[in-house]
Amino acid sequence: MTIGIDHFLTVGALLFCLGLAVALSKRNAIGVLMGVELMLNAVTLTLLTFSRFSVSDRPVTGQTFVVMVITVAAAEAAVALALAVSVYRNRDTVDVDKINLLRS
Amino acid sequence: MHGAGPGIAFWVLSAVTLVAAGGVMVSRNLLHAVLFLILTFVGVAGFFVLLSADFLAMAQIIIYVGAIAVLVLFAILLTPRAGRDNSETKMALPAILLSVCLAAVFLFVIHDANWATVTESPGIGASELGEALLTTWVLPFEIASVLLTAALVGAIMLARSAQEEAEDALA
Repeated sequence: MTIGIDHFLTVGALLFCLGLAVALSKRNAIGVLMGVELMLNAVTLTLLTFSRFSVSDRPVTGQTFVVMVITVAAAEAAVALALAVSVYRNRDTVDVDKINLLRS
Repeated sequence: MHGAGPGIAFWVLSAVTLVAAGGVMVSRNLLHAVLFLILTFVGVAGFFVLLSADFLAMAQIIIYVGAIAVLVLFAILLTPRAGRDNSETKMALPAILLSVCLAAVFLFVIHDANWATVTESPGIGASELGEALLTTWVLPFEIASVLLTAALVGAIMLARSAQEEAEDALA
């Protein structure tokens, strides 16, 4: 059986939807972040799939885009986890249901 | 991609990756969820090898498994009183429903579209990628390095304690 573009895209789509479910449903802020990382991984997988299979003059552009996505993901993870630690220090919790200072 | 080798590799990798991603969703302990997340990252790196992107597979292992997973583990260990449970909020059912609907739309588009594809890999190595990054895409590359520096400074500023801030104010 030949493995084509649709197989890889299916895995990327399912991974993205699993990440979305994790990010939207978890109570712990660090769990939410893990969902975001899953979604970013699914997106890089999809970008690389198109870079490998698409008819293009410059297929290297897809890989360049993946480098940028990985960089932004690393920056996002560092800042978001620092935020989680900072919130924990002030409120003693990272539960997204209990971080409701702005609710009147 | 013809032949038995890539086929077996693809099915094994997709099973490992998707089961591990499901483990992040269902595991009750946050530390177990991180271990499943690391397994997912390794599976995605395997897919990168299968898509003949060797350099990015290595970058994936080093950055995601080596840096981000350790960062997440540290964040969990630095928030001990917040608990280790990985339970869902009340929004779990709508979230899962939304994800299933989105997956249905994605799968419909993927299988319905007529993708124009090449059979042979374009064969991009690390040298081609490096050349593209430092010639055509040099401006985004430099902006990305500025972004990383800003994120580094911002993370340090956010994570330091009030006591450290007071010491810095005195100095």
